[in-house]
Amino acid sequence: MQRLGGPALAALGILGLLSVFLILPIATVFVSAFSDARGQITLAHFAVFFQQPLMLESFYNSLYVALSASVAAALIAVPLAYLTVRFQFRGALLIQTLGVLPLIMPPFVGAVALQLIFGRSGSVNLILNDWFGVTLPLMEGLNGVIFVEALHYFPFILMNLTVSLRNIDGAMEEAALNLGARGWRLFIRIIFPLAMPGFVAGMALVFVKVFDDLGTPLVLGATNMLAPQAYLRITQVGMDDPMGYVISVMMIVFSIFAMWLSVRVLKGRDYSTLQKGGNALQQRQLSKGESILAYGWIGLIMLLVLSPHLGVLLLSFASVWSFAPLPDGYTLAHYATVFEQSPGMLSNTLLYCGLAAGIDVLLGTSIAYLILRTKLVARHWLDWIASAALAIPGLVLAIGYLRTFRGVLVPGTDVLFTATWFLIMIAYAIRRLPYALRSCMAALQQVHHSLEEAAASMGATRLRTVRRVMIPLMAGGMLAGFVTSFITAAVELSATMMLVTKESQAPMSYGIYLYMQSTSGRGPGAALGVLAIVAVALGTYASHWLVSRHQRLTQIHRPQG
Amino acid sequence: MKIRTCWYAALLAALTSLNLSAQTVTVITSFPKELTAAYKTAFEKTHPSITLEILNKNTVAGMAYLRELPVGQRPEVFWVSAPDAFEILAREKLLDSVVDLKNPKVPEKIGAFPVNDPQGFYLGQALAGYGIMYNTRYLKANKLGTPTEWQDLLAPAWFGHVGITAPSRSGTMHLTVETILQSDGWETGWNTLLRMSGNSAAVTERSFGVPDGVSNGQFGAGPVIDFFGLSAKYSGFPVEFIYPVQTAIVPANIGLISGAKNTAAGKQFIAFTLSQPGQEILLQPKVSRLPVLPYAELTGKVPAQYPDPQALAARSTVTFDNEKSSARYEIVLKLFDQTITFRLKELQAATKAIFEAERKLKGVTAGPKAEMLAQARALAYTPLVDQKQINDPAFLKIFSGNKKDPEVNKAISQFESDWNTRSKERYEQARELATKAAQ
Repeated sequence: MQRLGGPALAALGILGLLSVFLILPIATVFVSAFSDARGQITLAHFAVFFQQPLMLESFYNSLYVALSASVAAALIAVPLAYLTVRFQFRGALLIQTLGVLPLIMPPFVGAVALQLIFGRSGSVNLILNDWFGVTLPLMEGLNGVIFVEALHYFPFILMNLTVSLRNIDGAMEEAALNLGARGWRLFIRIIFPLAMPGFVAGMALVFVKVFDDLGTPLVLGATNMLAPQAYLRITQVGMDDPMGYVISVMMIVFSIFAMWLSVRVLKGRDYSTLQKGGNALQQRQLSKGESILAYGWIGLIMLLVLSPHLGVLLLSFASVWSFAPLPDGYTLAHYATVFEQSPGMLSNTLLYCGLAAGIDVLLGTSIAYLILRTKLVARHWLDWIASAALAIPGLVLAIGYLRTFRGVLVPGTDVLFTATWFLIMIAYAIRRLPYALRSCMAALQQVHHSLEEAAASMGATRLRTVRRVMIPLMAGGMLAGFVTSFITAAVELSATMMLVTKESQAPMSYGIYLYMQSTSGRGPGAALGVLAIVAVALGTYASHWLVSRHQRLTQIHRPQG
Repeated sequence: MKIRTCWYAALLAALTSLNLSAQTVTVITSFPKELTAAYKTAFEKTHPSITLEILNKNTVAGMAYLRELPVGQRPEVFWVSAPDAFEILAREKLLDSVVDLKNPKVPEKIGAFPVNDPQGFYLGQALAGYGIMYNTRYLKANKLGTPTEWQDLLAPAWFGHVGITAPSRSGTMHLTVETILQSDGWETGWNTLLRMSGNSAAVTERSFGVPDGVSNGQFGAGPVIDFFGLSAKYSGFPVEFIYPVQTAIVPANIGLISGAKNTAAGKQFIAFTLSQPGQEILLQPKVSRLPVLPYAELTGKVPAQYPDPQALAARSTVTFDNEKSSARYEIVLKLFDQTITFRLKELQAATKAIFEAERKLKGVTAGPKAEMLAQARALAYTPLVDQKQINDPAFLKIFSGNKKDPEVNKAISQFESDWNTRSKERYEQARELATKAAQ
């Protein structure tokens, strides 16, 4: 009992936090979906949902798009991850950093930019039409959504899979090689299955993320999907419309089901490896032909992945860009406008997202530890509750906050709690917690139990074991969690829109959205987008650098062995 | 070290945000950043003791936000286009009277429409009309003529070149739809809307989607509110904006929120927006809105060939009926969404087949094929709610019930679901008939 005191206390603390900032607001949503005008419990709203062909069609479309986008994202990510880990390859770090770039752009900006490049009158189609008289309907309907989402979210798979691949024990591969497995067979039978935790975690994230993404379908005009329907109902009919809540509940339930499925798939198998920092996978040299093939593939994907960034970059310098492959002229005026009007937005983004990601890694590591390393009763509930945040549309969470903390003042002042930026930050932390949690879980799953037992038998206390053994071994996964939380929070918009109470506390994503509301604001909006991309890319690069430096340092101090 | 710095930064930011001076005016508005930024700069220059905070929300979200706030914690000023929003807020006792802030030089009426609220809860601050914005390069590349009236967008040549948005997403699109419905009559109006939508490449989900799409050349033309078209034009884009004869010029409004923190300072801002310097800001190229102050008061400031709202209102054939519009508000929104927004693919296919048949049957006015074509047109372009039904008070009443009541919710959903299913069937039938007629 004495030994369980610390973990139990930590579990209670986390539970308290999640109750106030997650369960309570969601409970509001559920109550609204299940109650009628007199506050009685009713199932009638759900019956209505299933009687509407449009709702069923939306449900089917959402499912189709989420599945297709996950598969398409995997097709992009798996070769990239494998190539960078498996082969001696110049610029692997560059690819890793480039692979993160799609995530740091708000999806709606990505969709706007892709319209400029691949849309009906985008550069590519204008040129194709000019030369060959054909156009590609890449951005039309559901296919457009799948295209944008796959390009936007494949880094989830890339990051998680890379970490998993890096953690595979080289001895496994050697054993397989000794037994005669080579090439494709080696990859399919040995390497890929060993990297499953990262792959499944990544796929599940992409699926759920696409399932409740709002910005992309809205910008592309694909309304017959669940998230747009919920959003349209709530913003257009108002907060009293039960259908919006019913759709939200459906989405919550289905997303939780998908997450549960991904856990189920991994259950009962052991993916942990004994060694770390010893032998990783062998890095091979590419032959000349392979090299050309690999660079060709990477080049093609990079071109696709970077096209929204290119679009935004061009737009930020364009004086006028209309029905032409390239802008008419170039100017720096948009950057001047941004620096003159909105200098605070950059620091706001760094502040909110830095704090939120910090909280996420702290909570994620704690929850992962409680689940995998303790026998606490009902500890899996923490995972389920935290993961449920994935399925909560930002808009709904924000509305829940505004209701729950209505009229509450910050102690000792006359400032409303809902008018502070604290809630924005907490909303980010809660909504992004599942990402950090998945990464921390995957990282901890790959640290073998015996390493801690070894530390304990050498006399290290539990806390010291965590600090000196587990955290260094998990650093890669924790960093991946931090970076994912940080950059996805930096582009979050739907909750931000509800919770920002004045422009001076607005982060960049909101600023970009604001500017993009008019033709003359597109330039400054794009300029702000470029600044956001640069800032977050620098941050990501710096944290990579910090960790690899840290690992080098610890390796130097480590006794030979 | 890093974490500690973060906490210090957070603490510092928290302290500075608490140390707000008493003189802050917060404005809820749906207007674009260029406009609000211009007003912020100008107002803070002439009123150095007051800080202007802008809170940008679309109209519906702004109202929802306001309702959640207790007295004493509310922003000072509400500033959006739609008059219905102010009507609702006034009914909910969220607005204070602003009669004493009127600028006496502003005329009482624009056309037949009052500029200021007769009850005195909101004032017209700018004027807005609706029309067609088009991209000159797109038109040239696709060999399309210059549109001048809504009817021009219905021609077969325009198939796939129009961009529209849904009235449920855009207050200004709703006003455009009502303008067409009120001037053509219910059934003819829907015929126009359905044919225009059949010619559309997409129904954009943001009200800005249409001007944005026309500006960057995704669409050839589309219905938009004037300042979107004018500001793009005066920012140098190859676009033009025209007012059809069927347009309505209505005021965009500003009002004082009751129970705000700094009511006196809020009043100063409203007065400023109506003053001569405040009205001149509207004429800046990136803003390009129509002032409520007559041009006689702004001589020398108005750009050449800038639209004159009084002349446009005099030319317009529509007298906008606010009551009629708000009585059927929900029905128009839902009917449009269920039969156009969510069924666009089928409507486009039907329209394409009808155009094809028209081309093949040129000159044929009788016989079974002509009849089939006429039938296809009727199936595709007749609204599912007819003239008689829309004037039936019992029918209107269903849609104004409390949606939390399962019975009400069920009844409305039944209509929505029925419209959705039937329109899909009818568009498919129309397509089949037209295809047969073309053989």
